Amino acid sequence: MSELSVNHLLGIKYLQPEDIQLIFETADHFKEVINRPIKKVPSLRDITIANIFFENSTRTKLSFELAQKRLSADVISFSAAQSSVKKGETLIDTVNNILSMKVDMVVMRHSSPGAAHFLSQKVKASIINAGDGAHEHPTQALLDSYSIRERLGEVGGKKVVIVGDILHSRVALSNIYALQMQGAQVKVCGPKTLIPRYIESLGVQVEPNLRKALEWCDVANMLRVQNERMDVNYFPSTREYAQQYGVDKPLLDSLSKEIVIMHPGPINRGVEITSEVADSSQSVILNQVENGVAIRMAVIYLLASKIQS
Amino acid sequence: MSKKNSKRSTKNTNFTAQTHAPMSQKLLLSEKEVAIILHRLACQLIEKHLDFSNTVLVGIQPRGVFLAERIKQLLEQEYQVPSIAFGYLDITFFRDDFRRTATPIEANSTKIDFLVENKKVIFIDDVLYTGRSIRSALTAIQSFGRPAEIELLVLIDRRFSRHLPIQPDYRGRQVDAINQEKVKVHWKEQDGEDAVYLVPTTTIQTTTTA
Repeated sequence: MSELSVNHLLGIKYLQPEDIQLIFETADHFKEVINRPIKKVPSLRDITIANIFFENSTRTKLSFELAQKRLSADVISFSAAQSSVKKGETLIDTVNNILSMKVDMVVMRHSSPGAAHFLSQKVKASIINAGDGAHEHPTQALLDSYSIRERLGEVGGKKVVIVGDILHSRVALSNIYALQMQGAQVKVCGPKTLIPRYIESLGVQVEPNLRKALEWCDVANMLRVQNERMDVNYFPSTREYAQQYGVDKPLLDSLSKEIVIMHPGPINRGVEITSEVADSSQSVILNQVENGVAIRMAVIYLLASKIQS
Repeated sequence: MSKKNSKRSTKNTNFTAQTHAPMSQKLLLSEKEVAIILHRLACQLIEKHLDFSNTVLVGIQPRGVFLAERIKQLLEQEYQVPSIAFGYLDITFFRDDFRRTATPIEANSTKIDFLVENKKVIFIDDVLYTGRSIRSALTAIQSFGRPAEIELLVLIDRRFSRHLPIQPDYRGRQVDAINQEKVKVHWKEQDGEDAVYLVPTTTIQTTTTA
């Protein structure tokens, strides 16, 4: 197989296992490219991409922009804060206005779940979902799996625990879909208030005890506590959260095996993980960032090859 | 010309060639001829590059890599050239037909773990046809530095088929083939024999779908 089964990347749940394999194999080539003295290839020089971020983002936006530039695409980026959205323009009007400037692909982040899916049905462009509310964040899940594959050889058969704020996390949902699709086992761990009620229906077990969860797993993906999304208090204090669900070096060293620590960023040092853990050799946090560019290049390249010229 | 060809084909009706070749294929080069040509190409390279101290061999993915490996082996084992810098280059992301082909192009790996800055680079590919692959390779190699010079070595040079002003510096054999024919190079490592065939493209389609 050398072609994706989809025309948009809206979420992991719309992909086939073969799609993920193809993205990984393509990303391998791009990872080699971005480690060359000159890190740019001319493939997409006749493609224009708009990055539309209705929600704040530094890392994802930079990573997408860098990926697009490394592929020689023309890039326009905008953040909702400075846009006409503030003047009351609808989503479709905003995007159609951008598309009439001859844009072939849209990378969008939006606070409403399903925004990317909605857009893909209404406008004529290839859509990449860069996060829609608490729904999906497919490229993050792909780069997480890719980093596991890079560190442990393969994803299939591995045990992964996702720790923290599962309720508000699009990273968690996309990761669950992606890991299960590749044959990994997934557990979640966190305060009961931050675990969605029907999470078991996804085939995911809940492990309330962090130590037990870490003893079980090969990889621990430590999610960020998303204070900005919390309308009420889900746990008594940050300090109590850190004590019960934070990973520090003594805890990590007391485990019977070496596990891999991941974090989608940005880290609250001392809350989800301590500095010592974040900077240890067991952490792949910076590899995740590097792989993010390669994965996004692969996704953009593969979707662009399906745009009719 | 036709007389020469028929003479060659009768001479080479050995068993390996027959088992691998369907009826419509025409043998252009036999295993023995390929071997002689490889030795000649190796000697021509030595004549120009002597000890290869400032020269690197770069095989063009996917099919040029086999030829490049062979040339490197010959130089090192038969002609005692000490270890030669060697890599292979994938040109997929540098091609000028992205989104213009019916099926997407699959990439291959690139392995060049040295800089080509001020080096003499020798591109090695099996067949030179339109010249577009080499054009892409000329762009792609710039990602690894600015070479002092670039030369091109090919096993088969298809005449009168170029889209670009690109010619080989070292050629194994010049071939006149019409556009409906394809030159297929077989290597022991991949195809079980060393040989070069002229194949009508209609048969290629039937064999690949079968």
